[in-house]
Amino acid sequence: MVPPALLHAHAPAGHAHGPGSLADVTDEWPTWSQVVETLTLRAGFNTNTVIAGTTLLGLAAGVVGVFALLRKRSLATDALSHATLPGIAIAFLVAPWFGLQGRSLPVLLLGATATGVLGVICIQAIIRHTRLHEDAAIGIVLSVFFGAGVVGLSYIQSNAATGAAGLNKFIFGQTAAMSVRDAVLMGGIALTAVAAAGLFLKEFTLVCFNDDFAKVDGWPVTLIDLGMMALMVAVTVAGLQAVGLILVVAMLIVPAVAARFWTERIRYVVVLAGLIGAASCYLGSVVSALLPRKPAGSVIVLTSGVIFAISLVFAPARGVVASTVRRFLLRLRIACDHLMEVAFERSAAGRPRTLDAAEIDRVAALRAWPRWFRPLVVWSIRRRGLARTGPGGLSLTPEGLVVGARVNRNHRLWEQYLISYADVAPSHVDWSVDQVEHVLSDELIAELETQLARRGIVVPGTHAEGAPA
Amino acid sequence: MIADLFPLATATLAAVTCGLLGNFLVLRRLSLMGDAISHSVLPGLVIAFLIAASKHPIAMLAGAATAGIITVVLVELVKKLGRVEPGAAMGVVFSLMFALGILLIERSAVRHADLDADCVLHGQLEMLMWYSAPDHWSGVFSWATLEAVPRQLTTLAATWMIALAFVALFFKELRIAAFDPALATTQGFNATFMHYALMILVASATVASFEAVGSILVIAMLICPAATARLLSDRLLSQVLWSVAIATACGVVGYIGASAVPGAFGKDAVNAAGSMAVVAGLLLGAATIAAPRHGLVARLLHRRRVGLATAREDLLAALYRAEESGGAGLSTGRLGDLLVGSSLGGALRGASRERLVRRDGDRVTLTDAGRRAAAELVRTHRLWESYLVDQVGLSPDHVHDTAERLEHVGVRPREGPAVDPHGRRIPRRNG
Repeated sequence: MVPPALLHAHAPAGHAHGPGSLADVTDEWPTWSQVVETLTLRAGFNTNTVIAGTTLLGLAAGVVGVFALLRKRSLATDALSHATLPGIAIAFLVAPWFGLQGRSLPVLLLGATATGVLGVICIQAIIRHTRLHEDAAIGIVLSVFFGAGVVGLSYIQSNAATGAAGLNKFIFGQTAAMSVRDAVLMGGIALTAVAAAGLFLKEFTLVCFNDDFAKVDGWPVTLIDLGMMALMVAVTVAGLQAVGLILVVAMLIVPAVAARFWTERIRYVVVLAGLIGAASCYLGSVVSALLPRKPAGSVIVLTSGVIFAISLVFAPARGVVASTVRRFLLRLRIACDHLMEVAFERSAAGRPRTLDAAEIDRVAALRAWPRWFRPLVVWSIRRRGLARTGPGGLSLTPEGLVVGARVNRNHRLWEQYLISYADVAPSHVDWSVDQVEHVLSDELIAELETQLARRGIVVPGTHAEGAPA
Repeated sequence: MIADLFPLATATLAAVTCGLLGNFLVLRRLSLMGDAISHSVLPGLVIAFLIAASKHPIAMLAGAATAGIITVVLVELVKKLGRVEPGAAMGVVFSLMFALGILLIERSAVRHADLDADCVLHGQLEMLMWYSAPDHWSGVFSWATLEAVPRQLTTLAATWMIALAFVALFFKELRIAAFDPALATTQGFNATFMHYALMILVASATVASFEAVGSILVIAMLICPAATARLLSDRLLSQVLWSVAIATACGVVGYIGASAVPGAFGKDAVNAAGSMAVVAGLLLGAATIAAPRHGLVARLLHRRRVGLATAREDLLAALYRAEESGGAGLSTGRLGDLLVGSSLGGALRGASRERLVRRDGDRVTLTDAGRRAAAELVRTHRLWESYLVDQVGLSPDHVHDTAERLEHVGVRPREGPAVDPHGRRIPRRNG
């Protein structure tokens, strides 16, 4: 095969065609029945094996990726996968010396593993023995090793007698080119990785979250860490053929980051990441089986990208929508608190406990509420039964008075605490207290009361009273 | 050879432009931002190409800049909302963008127009060959040459000049922003602005270099020359100059080597962009080992020197303490036990060469000069012990090891107590 670059050099074709549109595709589109057939695994043994192998790989990548993410190794994985390319080229060139088939997958993957691991070692060595930081080390290994791989591939393409057409698939991935034996090998590696991750979930979690504690507690941290790395290497190398070495990093970390939006518990993150990875790889390899010339890697990665985007926006735990709503509700509650506090202070000073429009305007200006926010605050207060609209404006209900008293008291408690324990000047505490007064828990308030009582400071008023003593 | 002029110049210019800007990325630990940007401009390029229907530099630049901004915003969003480390956020965003770019290329007919996925990675320098080159160098210096200059080279030259002007004009600001962004802001210019200006330049350099040398070489040139220069120098200006020299070397040696080295073995040329990256790696490796101050060899020698000096001082102190308790010198065997872990042979040789100790068969004794030096050392040791007990508040049985290390630092106080925390006499100065 002629390297594409040379091809262009000799025949700079294409300009005559002009650019095409996005829909300008020369492939045959599959029929609906073909699509359904492939999706439901009725498209023949070979296709099914490849789809199954790739899906298993996706599962393994998702699971292992969680640990790579938690150990902050996302981009080291990228360097690792790029560093496999020279190994593939070398294995192809060297294998015949040992009487092996240069194109057999196990041989190529062995080479890939060797230089991939070498790349990781280089990163560690650069960080330890030079003044360069991790980011530079990753970039160096990634680009230099990949450059060496490109040199090796171009050498093979222009000099090796035997066809080397298959080697390019490791860059962009092509599940359709996979043989059944390849798929079984890949699936086997993936299954082993998933089993190992399941077996050592506790150990991995421990080291990920607090390796110092694990060390003190007598766990073989280095060994566990090496185990995690080994799984990472295994999945990366196995994934080369499916998605290609450039995008294998996405297969590892995109499902993990996506899963992270849905839950705070590591067990669920691991399971969810595995499912997301498996689903993306399943869909991706089906597309690849239907449209053999399409790069399966991109399809797989973009499928997981769609799931990622959905998670980013809609996930209830951390998604954009959920956290925006939550933040807005908190802001609304705090605004209500402020208004109640003002009303309480007025009533404590013996003035009527109604808030007229001018007073609300004053608070709104002080707190820099936007114009549309004011009616919302008033609506929220009335809906919660804290105040009623009376003749002179908003008139507090007894419940509203209790809320106002509580906020007021929290404010003064925290203020006293800062002055007497944190040595903050009395003239400086007010602003910072405003941030905290809304989030004090009952335990913390009790704690503050005891602490202050120890110094002989009593902040008058309790929750129940609703009025200062 | 003359036919290689344009690809060689293009490759070298790309290397130098990226190498120059890379200095500030490496210093600010943003190396991987270069990585991310060079991956994620791809969909921007393809879409710009589809809309503009040509590879006009302005259109390409606009597409790349848009993609770059989207990348930065998305990375921030994922980082903030997903509460993941910046590396993971970057990895997610740039790999998704790159996948999108590859799919767009394959789905549309763009690849018929030289934007195929392989070229994105390792460029197509070979496209720039000057087939109508004159046969002789004298023919190069004519107007016809200017007309034959390929578009990629012109674009790169313009980018290079802009980058050079930016770095030269804002060198002071870049330097402060690189080392201390907060100080930069208090000095009255906006470090964030400098940051974005730098990122936009990196994106432009990426786009300008993309077609010719491919994204991998862009990453290599953004990081490797600057990293190598960082090992060779401690001043920003000399680091920048070094990085430019190294980038030039990568371009020239890598390009010529790509055809010359395999040619020497009777093989066909290999990919030039790849071999430039390899040269960059080799230069970095050489600097790692042999750099004058920060290289492995230099640091090994330094550590050895310090180790020997420490061993010699420990030897003198051991002999002094032996004399204090009434002995006359020590046997080499006993010294070996006392100085376990350090090089006794080297220490003995050095000390006898400087006539600090006398060797009498198996027995080692101090000379007068040696005794003076040893007294000074033991004095320092015991003064440190006193300081650690009196001022730091450590208990007397915990201070020996710390004092053992501090005594070699070279602080020689003039005054102090006469007795150490263990009740031993502290030798007087020069006494």
